[in-house]
Amino acid sequence: MDVYLPIANLSVNGLIIVLLGGATGFLSGMFGVGGGFLTTPLLIFYGIPPTVAAASAASQVTGASVSGAVYHARRKGIDYQMGAMMIAGGIVGTGIGAFLFRLLQALGQIDVAISILYVVILAGVGIKMAIEAVPELLADRFERLKRAPSKRRHHPLFTSLPGRYRFYRSGLYISPLAPMLVGMAVGTLTMLMGIGGGFLLVPLMLYGLGMSAAVVVGTSLFQILFTTIATTMMHALTTNAVDIVLAALLLLGSVSGAQIGAKFASAAKPELLRVVLAVIVLLVALFMAAGLTYRPREIFTVAPL
Amino acid sequence: MMRLVRLLMACALMAGLAPAAHAQPRDPILVPEISQHEVIVRQGFTGADLLLYGAILQPDGRARPGTSPYDIVVVLKGPSEAINLREKRRIWGMWINADSAQFRSAPSYYAVASSRPLSDIVDPRTAAIYELGVNYLQLSPIGAIRPEEVSRFAEGLVAKREASGLYSQQEDAVSISEGVLYQARIALPSSVLTGTYTAETFAIANGRVLASATSEVTVSKKGFERAVEVASRQWSLAYGLMAVALSVFMGWAAGRLFALG
Repeated sequence: MDVYLPIANLSVNGLIIVLLGGATGFLSGMFGVGGGFLTTPLLIFYGIPPTVAAASAASQVTGASVSGAVYHARRKGIDYQMGAMMIAGGIVGTGIGAFLFRLLQALGQIDVAISILYVVILAGVGIKMAIEAVPELLADRFERLKRAPSKRRHHPLFTSLPGRYRFYRSGLYISPLAPMLVGMAVGTLTMLMGIGGGFLLVPLMLYGLGMSAAVVVGTSLFQILFTTIATTMMHALTTNAVDIVLAALLLLGSVSGAQIGAKFASAAKPELLRVVLAVIVLLVALFMAAGLTYRPREIFTVAPL
Repeated sequence: MMRLVRLLMACALMAGLAPAAHAQPRDPILVPEISQHEVIVRQGFTGADLLLYGAILQPDGRARPGTSPYDIVVVLKGPSEAINLREKRRIWGMWINADSAQFRSAPSYYAVASSRPLSDIVDPRTAAIYELGVNYLQLSPIGAIRPEEVSRFAEGLVAKREASGLYSQQEDAVSISEGVLYQARIALPSSVLTGTYTAETFAIANGRVLASATSEVTVSKKGFERAVEVASRQWSLAYGLMAVALSVFMGWAAGRLFALG
């Protein structure tokens, strides 16, 4: 099924794009990550211009997080106050990210910077998640690995912040500045890397803020929903690179995938989910690192002047 | 088909008139034609195959069956763009952008077809003058840049665009029948830019270009594809809101559908 993409200016196999959207949507519903960290590199690998890929992947993540967020909202799995704080921080973060993006673009190093960011952040997050989640998973089978539940719920950095507020659903009594800082950091990276930032948010919310695991996935989807809407608008207004046909194809796959993923998530053990997510994140990091060190397929890149 | 009939009639007419005009040897006249003058990019566009054909009118009006004294070269060129070409190099074990070069006029599309290998038809000087061959494109580098660097970057650009089908050089791809009619098939990939493309035909003998003729092809988007492109540029706010509305609606609809099932 050949489909012509009017903004990307080329024709693609529609079925492959729908399947790609389906696979990332499945991950999105299952782990509460947007899946942008997979979609964007895969679209670029398929031959779609990088800006169009990043801009259109953002709207795919919006769709995937809507269906995921609706699902979790019905099961009361979203902490709206916490989400609102993170969105506020996220909007500031996108501004910072847009500035850095333009700076790196002027230096001609934006694609290298993006690759290095992917490797460093994905590897860091993946290793951290694996270290935290693997012992939890094995604890059932091996009695001696069972650790006493950690006393410290949240990172000391966040407890030192002024002002406190009760986030009932998250089971937290912390400064609202903490989620704002988290949102800001993730928002900056969203703009730079063309991703929703869920794979960063989930561990930050779990191990940084110490939120209750029951609301982590829903709340991160809720935050991603609004950050990616902002990103899509930003791209539509500045780069004109949002390809609505490409987005529609990706959405077709991802919204269905997200539903199936969410069903799987409620059936599977959360520790197992975290280990699987850690493995996927590490694989993408490895792939990107290989891409940086192996001789690329194309030594030359063309950009309009 | 009508076009071909008209063309053949024109040939016959010219052939009839030519000897009466004068007997001194003159250059041949080319009458070029293209299978379609308008390529429309719409849904399902996967590229187009253009047939560039035409007639070679001999100066003395007499056809020489079997052989052609001329070589025919057909060039199809797309709109030029100013580009920034970056070259990756391995630094500290990583491939990062190192050098760059700017060119004022890189054709977005370039295809050349010839009746024999180009190097047998023309010398490098003539090839450079008429831009015959992917290695003889006039890219107009911007700023002070050494010639060897220009050629390194030019080779990189050509290799990259050849891989995506935007540049091509086909030798022995022009067939000449009875020394009168020539034809060549040239493929446009789906990633072509819209704009006016020029098709140039050259009749060459003994390394000299004896005659040339030009015709045009326009590549344009129509209908939905055009509407999307225009909307994304002129009504970008509405377009962005549309994209957001579409994604929110599709996500919500899927949620409802699966909840029912």
